[in-house]
Amino acid sequence: MNEARFRWRTLFLLAYLLFALLPIYWMVNMSFKTNQEILASFTLLPQQFTWANYATIFTDASWYSGYINSLIYVAINMVISIAVALPAAYAFSRYSFLGDKHVFFWLLTNRMTPPAVFLLPFFQLYTTLGLMDTHIAVALAHLVFNVPLAVWILEGFMSGVPREIDETAYIDGYSFPRFFLTLFLPLIKSGVGVAAFFCFMFSWVELLLARTLTSVDAKPIVSVMTRTVSASGMDWAVLAAAGTLTILPGAVVIWFVRHYIAKGFAMGRV
Amino acid sequence: MRLTLEGVAKRVGAATHLYPLDFALQPHAVTVLLGATQAGKTTLMRLMAGLDAPSQGRVRVDGEDVTGRSVRERNVAMVYQQFINYPSMRVFDNIASPLKLRGDLDRAALDRRVRELAGKLHIEPFLDRLPAELSGGQQQRVALARALAKQAPLMLLDEPLVNLDYKLREELREELSALFASGDSTVVYATTEPTEALLLGGYTAVLDAGEVLQYGPTAEVFHRPHSIRVARAFSDPPINLLKGRVAESGIQLAGEVRLAVRASADAPALEGDTPEAGVTVGVRASALRVRPRSGDVALTGRVELAEISGSDTFVHVAAAVGPLVAQLTGVHYFELGAAITLYLDPSQIYVFDARGDLLVAPQRPGAR
Repeated sequence: MNEARFRWRTLFLLAYLLFALLPIYWMVNMSFKTNQEILASFTLLPQQFTWANYATIFTDASWYSGYINSLIYVAINMVISIAVALPAAYAFSRYSFLGDKHVFFWLLTNRMTPPAVFLLPFFQLYTTLGLMDTHIAVALAHLVFNVPLAVWILEGFMSGVPREIDETAYIDGYSFPRFFLTLFLPLIKSGVGVAAFFCFMFSWVELLLARTLTSVDAKPIVSVMTRTVSASGMDWAVLAAAGTLTILPGAVVIWFVRHYIAKGFAMGRV
Repeated sequence: MRLTLEGVAKRVGAATHLYPLDFALQPHAVTVLLGATQAGKTTLMRLMAGLDAPSQGRVRVDGEDVTGRSVRERNVAMVYQQFINYPSMRVFDNIASPLKLRGDLDRAALDRRVRELAGKLHIEPFLDRLPAELSGGQQQRVALARALAKQAPLMLLDEPLVNLDYKLREELREELSALFASGDSTVVYATTEPTEALLLGGYTAVLDAGEVLQYGPTAEVFHRPHSIRVARAFSDPPINLLKGRVAESGIQLAGEVRLAVRASADAPALEGDTPEAGVTVGVRASALRVRPRSGDVALTGRVELAEISGSDTFVHVAAAVGPLVAQLTGVHYFELGAAITLYLDPSQIYVFDARGDLLVAPQRPGAR
C-alpha cells in the first residue's frame, strides 16, 4: 500500500517536473541549433551543435545593449525602491499616525492596478519632461508598482523585530541613523533581500511600460525580443538564445535569496 | 538622582492608562512597583524613563523639568520583560555598546569593565557568542549587564524575571538584590509578585487600575496597607475578606463568630467612628492555622479544595464566616468535604471600614 503510494507520488512529481521544465528545455535546445534544423526536423538534441546564436547576441550591439539597458533600469529601480521603502516601512511598522492603515492599503492598491492604466499618463508626462527613452524613465515608472510591494514586505519583517530593541538602542544613546544602519538593517537584511528580489522580478519581466517609454537608447531586452521578425523571416535560434540568457539573471538572483524567501514565507509576507 | 512626577497622567485615545499622580522616587534605593497586569506599572515606568511623554503633568530630575526630553538625552538604563539584546552583536559588544557610545573609556578600561560585569552575572564564558546562542536566563543576564554597564543614576526593570523558570528566577533575584545594594543608582523594579517585593525590600508603590495607592517602605506597606485594594494587591495567596459588624468590644462575623479586637491605639477609632456599621475583616492566608494556640478563635468549615504549592498547602475552606483560604506550612492531605477547624489569632486581623480604609492592623512586636 505504502509502496504503491510512494510510486504514484514519484510518478506524479516526475510528470509535473517534466511538464514544468519542458518549455525551458526546448528553448535551451533550440538555442544550440541552427534555424534550418529547427524548421526542418524534430530533434530532441541539437544535431549540429552551435554557439553561433550566442555569439550573435554578444557581438551584435542591438542585442547586447538590450541586456545592458534592462540591467541598468532594473538596478536603478531596485536601489530607489529599497531606499524609499525602508523609511516608509519603518514608519508604518513603528508609528501610528492619522490614516496610517488607509495609506498602507492605498499603497497596496497601486500594486493591483494593471500597468496599462498608467501607460498614457506616463507617456504624456515623460514626453513633456523629455524623459522618454531614458533608463530613469522606466525605473521611475516601475516604482509605482515596486515601492508599495517593497514597503509591504519590509513592514512585515520590521514588525517582527521587537520595538524594545529600538528603545534599548535609544536608551544606550544611539542616534537614529546609527541605530538604523548598524543595528536595525542587519536584523531585517533578509527582508531587504526579498524585497529587492521582488522589485527585480517585476522590473525585469515587465514589458508594456518598458517598451512604450523607450525607443532606441534605453530599449530593454524584452522589447528587443518582440521585434525580431526581419525580412528574412523569424530568427528562431537567436531568439531562443536570447530567451535563455534572459532567464539567467533571474535564476542567479533567486539562488542568492532563496533562504530569505523561505524566511519571508515563514513570516507571513511575500 | 531625585525623580519627581507632578500631576502626571497618561491617556491613550479614550483609555486612561494612568490617572494624575504625584510621585517622588526615593533616591538611591530600590522602589518596587507592585500591581497586577494592566495596573499601569509599565506605563509609569516608561514615563519615568522618558520613552513616552505624559499626557499632562511634569517630570523632574533633580528639580529640572525633563518632561519633553527624549530618552537619548537622559541617563537611564532599562531592562525589559522580554530578553532584549542586539541580535547581531556578540555578548561582549552588547554589554560594551552603551560604554562605547559614551566613549569616555579607553579600550583596556572598557574591556575590564565588561569582563567584571560578565563575571558578576556569570556570563563570562559566553562573551564571544551571539545572544541567540544563549539560554533565556543567560540572555536576560546579558541585558542586565548592559543596563548595569552604564551606571546610570536611574535604572528601570520591568518584570525582568517573569519569563524565567522558577529556579532561575530565585537565583537571579538574590543576585539582583545584592547588585542593587552595592550600587548607588535609584532602581525601579516592576513586579506582579508580592513575595518579590518583600525580598527586594526597599520601598514599594502599590498600583491598581492606573493609580498609585500607597508608597512607602516595603515592610510598612505590607503590614499597614491603607486600604483593602492595597491589601489585596499585596498578598499572595489573596487576603481573605470577611464581612462583619462592629459590636461590643469586638467584631461580629457571620456564623456567630466574635473577634475581640485588642485594645490598642487603633481600637478607639473602630468604636467611635463606625458604631454598628459594616466593616471588612482581612485575614492573611498565612495567619490561619490548624493547631490552636491560646486566645485563638476557631473557625469551622468544610474543605473545598487543597492544593500543594512548593512546601506549602493551600486549603480552600467553605467556612461559616465565609470562604477562606489558608496557607499551611508543610504538605498536608485533606479529604474533600471533610470538616475542618481553622484557628486565628484575633490580633492578626486587619479591619477596614465601609469605604475600605484601614482601621486596625496587626501589631508587630519590634515595630515602631
